[in-house]
Amino acid sequence: MVAYVIRRFLLLPLILFGISLIVFGMIQSLGSDRLLAAYVNPGLLDKLTPNQLEKIKEKYGLKDPMVVRYVKWLKNTLSGDLGWSVVGKEPVKDAILNRLPWTVELALYSIIPVVFVGVWLGIIAAVNRDKFVDHFVRIFAVVGWSFPDFVFGLLVLMIFYSVLGWFPPGNLSFWADTVVKSPEFRRFTSLVTLDALLNGRFDVFVDALLHLIAPILTLSWLWWAYLLRITRSSMLEVLTKEYIRTARAKGLAENVVINKHARKNAMIPVITVGGGMVIQLFAGTVIVEMVFNRTGMGSFTATAATQLDYASIMASTLFYSLILVIGNLVIDILYAAVDPRIRFS
Amino acid sequence: MRTETKRMIKRLMRNPSAVLGFSLLIFFTIIAIIAPIICPPQSYDPYMIPIATWDKTPQPPTAEHPFGVIDGRDIFYGVIWGTRTAFKVGLIVTLTSTVIGLLIGSVAGYFGGWLDEILMRITDIFLSIPYILAAIVVTAFLGMGLNKVMISLITFGWMATARLIRGNILQVREEQYVLAARALGVSDYLVILKHVLPNTIFPVIIQATMRIGSLVITAAALSFLGLGAPVGYADWGSLLNFARNWLLGASGEAFKYWYAIVYPGTAMVLFVLAWNLVGDALRDVFDPRLRG
Repeated sequence: MVAYVIRRFLLLPLILFGISLIVFGMIQSLGSDRLLAAYVNPGLLDKLTPNQLEKIKEKYGLKDPMVVRYVKWLKNTLSGDLGWSVVGKEPVKDAILNRLPWTVELALYSIIPVVFVGVWLGIIAAVNRDKFVDHFVRIFAVVGWSFPDFVFGLLVLMIFYSVLGWFPPGNLSFWADTVVKSPEFRRFTSLVTLDALLNGRFDVFVDALLHLIAPILTLSWLWWAYLLRITRSSMLEVLTKEYIRTARAKGLAENVVINKHARKNAMIPVITVGGGMVIQLFAGTVIVEMVFNRTGMGSFTATAATQLDYASIMASTLFYSLILVIGNLVIDILYAAVDPRIRFS
Repeated sequence: MRTETKRMIKRLMRNPSAVLGFSLLIFFTIIAIIAPIICPPQSYDPYMIPIATWDKTPQPPTAEHPFGVIDGRDIFYGVIWGTRTAFKVGLIVTLTSTVIGLLIGSVAGYFGGWLDEILMRITDIFLSIPYILAAIVVTAFLGMGLNKVMISLITFGWMATARLIRGNILQVREEQYVLAARALGVSDYLVILKHVLPNTIFPVIIQATMRIGSLVITAAALSFLGLGAPVGYADWGSLLNFARNWLLGASGEAFKYWYAIVYPGTAMVLFVLAWNLVGDALRDVFDPRLRG
């Protein structure tokens, strides 16, 4: 187990180094003139004399050899100097820190319905194999998996906003936004739903929640299909095992066999897949935040990409990759902890 | 025809979802082929949806425009020619990235050692950037457009195939017939091509089929974000992008713009569904162990 974890940790810097090379390579492919935009507020760019421009190029080392530039860039990045965001009209670091809580909130809350409904459907399908419920759930899985998130999101938007008017797009209603930005509203966690509760503003909490339901539904939809398939096949496999037959043979009630003996073992592959899924949920916010017009890391990245705001694009890439790499590491270690067969092989 | 092939086809035809998948696929293929007959192109580039009206407000279906009009463009034309776009993107990206994955995976798996280590760590690194994000970023850097989308999807789309084929080759490499071929002095290149690949290729084909659907979704998502096909290009994702802007400003106006979502959306869901069903069916027939 220890050796396994150590090996994984040794690989971590290597992978981070590789990612930084890819990102740096992409920046360099732009050429030094377009790169200036990543360091200077473009509004100022036109007012500067060529001489000043040269100085700025010198300051940020745009004329140095590649290796020197890489080291400098890495140093800047590690110290949090990520450049100027055109989209956010503020330094990239601040832009990300301001938007991150919204995305974290969305992704975290989505985990709950995804995991519970997905696993539940999978187990129901497996236990009722080849019966009507099973067929129904499997059709749901295939159709759900084929439904692009933005198409589903648009349908949700049309039905629950345009027709019913229940779940509005955006992050908060105008009045709630004013409350949150007022000095009396103290930010404890920067997650707005939690802060609202801690401030005793139940109305703000409800408003934030109403804005979250539609995007959460959209994010969950796709992963229900995925998770239920994994759970179903894993459960089916476990149900053929000898110890299940033994449990049944000694006369245990069926629900005890399912809940105590089968389900726990069937969860092992679900943990790995489920962990990867949580990471993918973060990436999925790119589309969902755009559909529902939410402010967050996802919509920030997408807008930065369409407006060619390179500094923001690079920072977002690094950020999402970091989540992915660290997330995968945690999952692998968890997996090895749960399943002894992994760590000894 | 060999009896084995016959039996496979028979088994495929007994599976209702497989039949549905293949029928849908045939339907879309026909649509793509006869697109110029259904909707005769009106300019030098048939993929550009002709402008029906200069009024940008969406207009509900009429006899002349059976799926309605959005952004002044005929949705029906966009959906029909969008089928060609979907096939083009799905097939080109899948084929190219699968071939790249095959090359990298088989070299890594067959030769092993430090070459394997290096190639697999590169694979890890490419896997460390979320797919949709990598696609967005590379497209933004290359300068947008459908071709750029395809390049970025290929650049970050080969890793799963590489891993799969490497794993399979590691198993096959120790089989008697490969050892025998090598002992007889057959060149590495020939061993890979004649003995190893034919015995490992089926899972790759199944995986590639199952990937086409999600690739088409990702490409359309990029168009939806405004990074893919140019404005007015016959592409399901761009049609839906128009719809989004109108929906966000339309509270309480009921199903006013339903046609702008339902028609291109249905086309996309059915297209992706077709590939997923076919992929599932192929997996069930060729590799029952993977059945889920």
